[in-house]
Amino acid sequence: MSEIWQGLVKALELIITLDPEVMEIAARSLAISVTATLLASVICLPLGSLIHFKRFTGKRTLINLIQTFYSIPTVVVGLFVFLLFSRAGPLGGLNLLFTPTVMVIGQMILITPVLLGLTISALSGVDKAIPETARSLGASDFQTVAVVLKEARFAVMAAILLAFGRAISEVGLALMVGGNIRGFTRVFTTAISLETSKGDIELAIALGIILILIALIINLVLNRIQQR
Amino acid sequence: MKRNLIIPILASLVILSLLTSIIGCAAQGAEPLPPQPRLRVATTTSLYDTGLWGYLEPMFEEKYGVELDILYAGSGIALEYGRRGDVDVITVHDKPNEEKFIAEGYGVERVPFAYNYFLIVGPANDPAGIKDMSPEDAFRTLYETASSKFISRGDDSGTHSKEKAIWAAAGYDYEVVRNSGDWYVEAGKGMGPTLQMASEMQAYTLTDMGTYVSYKSKLELVPIVQQGAILLNVYSVIAISPESNPKTNTEMANNLIAFLTSPEIQELIGDYGVEEYGMQLFIPCAGAEPTQ
Repeated sequence: MSEIWQGLVKALELIITLDPEVMEIAARSLAISVTATLLASVICLPLGSLIHFKRFTGKRTLINLIQTFYSIPTVVVGLFVFLLFSRAGPLGGLNLLFTPTVMVIGQMILITPVLLGLTISALSGVDKAIPETARSLGASDFQTVAVVLKEARFAVMAAILLAFGRAISEVGLALMVGGNIRGFTRVFTTAISLETSKGDIELAIALGIILILIALIINLVLNRIQQR
Repeated sequence: MKRNLIIPILASLVILSLLTSIIGCAAQGAEPLPPQPRLRVATTTSLYDTGLWGYLEPMFEEKYGVELDILYAGSGIALEYGRRGDVDVITVHDKPNEEKFIAEGYGVERVPFAYNYFLIVGPANDPAGIKDMSPEDAFRTLYETASSKFISRGDDSGTHSKEKAIWAAAGYDYEVVRNSGDWYVEAGKGMGPTLQMASEMQAYTLTDMGTYVSYKSKLELVPIVQQGAILLNVYSVIAISPESNPKTNTEMANNLIAFLTSPEIQELIGDYGVEEYGMQLFIPCAGAEPTQ
């Protein structure tokens, strides 16, 4: 258990000396997961609103399906994306396997169920009186959706934070489609996995601590924005 | 949140993510968009766990001005990546499967570049009493007594292939061995992690010399069986055939083969680890299959 203390010391050392390899891994992990979360949000917030507000047959089934995919293992999504982008696969011609780009795409696919499902849940939690009032005051469809989203903004922000958490913490997909290539596709989680399997527990723990610190900073920033 | 704040906040988040992407890419010196001259190598875990690839990678990258992507795989998945065309060249140590790979048209030529030996390692007190037996006899004893644990790689790697070959040479059907009891443990991991598992469980395992020596200080395992013609372990480099994958980087793959078999690098491979571990981890053999 002393490894945890040693890991903490090592984490501080890596941060203070601005260790170049750790900085590079940090920048890459953030770039990939932030991009994936933002792009997925741009797609899922409108799509979630559409699913919530429109009536159509199979709506209940669709929502059930989305919620089922909350539990999909990251390594299964990784396998699916790998088969899609492998040279032998349908999108192989794009030459994207083992690059950061395919990791962004993969993480977007991974977090879509959570983002969609929780957006729908967030909107469902808004008092029906609000959209009804908006409509009765002459609001267009777009304006009604905007009002309800605004009411649900805390729950929607929670969904985005959770989706980001899922993206930055996953190993299976990053490993399978990224390949953990040093200097190119290595991120925090795959680096921790490798260092652990090499027996370098101290470094693995240090990386884990730094990852949590970064997540903490992001949370604090987003919470401050929310409170304005 | 006032409506007129949403847009600037969203905009700044988008800008923030773009900035981190640019900084991230600049930090590694790569362009953000594919493609660029990269050579993809899938390597067996023993060449990676020993640090040999980490040692050779910068030399190759500097000499040829190319980015080397090394995928830590295991011979089984390395061959699969080769079949799928996801890599340009593979470095593995599984002669029967390599020859099959080339016969099936996926690889150009099998070029051996280094060798060492496998050995059986185990707990210092040797509970199964197999010290200094032949590999086949040692395996026979482990199976018959079924009391001391044996950790198999269980992952279709080159080492796993060799293990299966020893079982066959000892006269056993591998499927029967696999299912014969709790004493036989399938780890499903690379060589380094498998050694650590064997050390934790104080069990026997088959390992290549290179990985064992480089992990020895972290392990409580000692060499038990080191002699036997069947323990020869040859590492080969194979370029993926352009007929199987027209987009493969043949030119750079051939550069890698020339690099690994060149006299200077052969000497460096032979010297690798000698100072640190007091013995050779890899014996160079420049393109020719080593005889015993």
